[in-house]
Amino acid sequence: MTDPAEDVMTVSSDEIRDAGKPRMRSKRIRPYALTGGRTRTRHHLLVETLISVPEFDPVLAESLMPESRLLYSRARQRMSVAELSAELDLPLGVIRVLISDLAVQNAVYIHPTAFAYQNSPQVLERILDGLKQLPV
Amino acid sequence: MDSSSSPSDSGLLTISAKIVVAGGFGVGKTTLVNSVSEVRPLNTDAWMTEASEGVDDLPPGGTKSTTTVAMDFGRITLHQDLLLYLFGTPGQARFWFLWDDLSRGALGAVVLVDTNRIDQSFAAVNYFENDSDLPFIVAVNRFEGKPAHDLDEVRDALALADDVPLIECDARSRASAIDVLQEVVRHSISLATVSAPG
Repeated sequence: MTDPAEDVMTVSSDEIRDAGKPRMRSKRIRPYALTGGRTRTRHHLLVETLISVPEFDPVLAESLMPESRLLYSRARQRMSVAELSAELDLPLGVIRVLISDLAVQNAVYIHPTAFAYQNSPQVLERILDGLKQLPV
Repeated sequence: MDSSSSPSDSGLLTISAKIVVAGGFGVGKTTLVNSVSEVRPLNTDAWMTEASEGVDDLPPGGTKSTTTVAMDFGRITLHQDLLLYLFGTPGQARFWFLWDDLSRGALGAVVLVDTNRIDQSFAAVNYFENDSDLPFIVAVNRFEGKPAHDLDEVRDALALADDVPLIECDARSRASAIDVLQEVVRHSISLATVSAPG
């Protein structure tokens, strides 16, 4: 079986490299131009990682580029990385970079995941307990 | 942070956990997730176009509805400070690169199986047996009016190891779906307890 991920990666890197060319103006190029081609972040952001805004600063919001401003605004209501990506219609890789940039400025708060607790038995027992208490 | 005007939920440290729901096309992933989720599925076109544009020559705007892949996504509030997310794995091979991303950090996974199309779930079982460290269980989605299938036969057909829990479920039933999730968590707890050093 061929590895589909390989094809995808090839395409992605080509397009990132082409992002600076004026000819390339498709909707999906723009996001990576936003991140300066960066696809890695210094924060560990899983799709379920929750993001919130501890203290919304309108002045800071004004200074942000539109996509980050929208992200900053949406995250006032605690939201997962996956939900932010879907809401803003931006690829996961782009959302992660934008969140990470905001986190560096302490503009957003990155909540811990169960994985951050190594999915420990203590956390798992709480999850099981919660599932048992769900109304059916 | 000393603001007193922040929204009530933002100041609270909230832990999120994740269970992956896998299995082939038409085995009931969407049904199971929707049975327990408190939110609507995500529109994840952005994830998909990231992968497929340029490969598939999707028309501008990505409106070729037959190739649109809905992402099974669910959320359950377990406690005020603890959310459980459910992520379905996309079936088509060209989206498999997403599996690693979706699976990373999950507490466990469930592979759904429809005995009428058991081959649809081979790839998912292979993935969790060979390419992932996630604890996983297999749940046979039984449909109305059909006799319960012999689970031993299913285990043989899937070449499933003896230590992988195999259960039956009805994906349409909220109670049954919750049972499936509980089984995933129990399995993860048992493995975590066994492997814990002290």
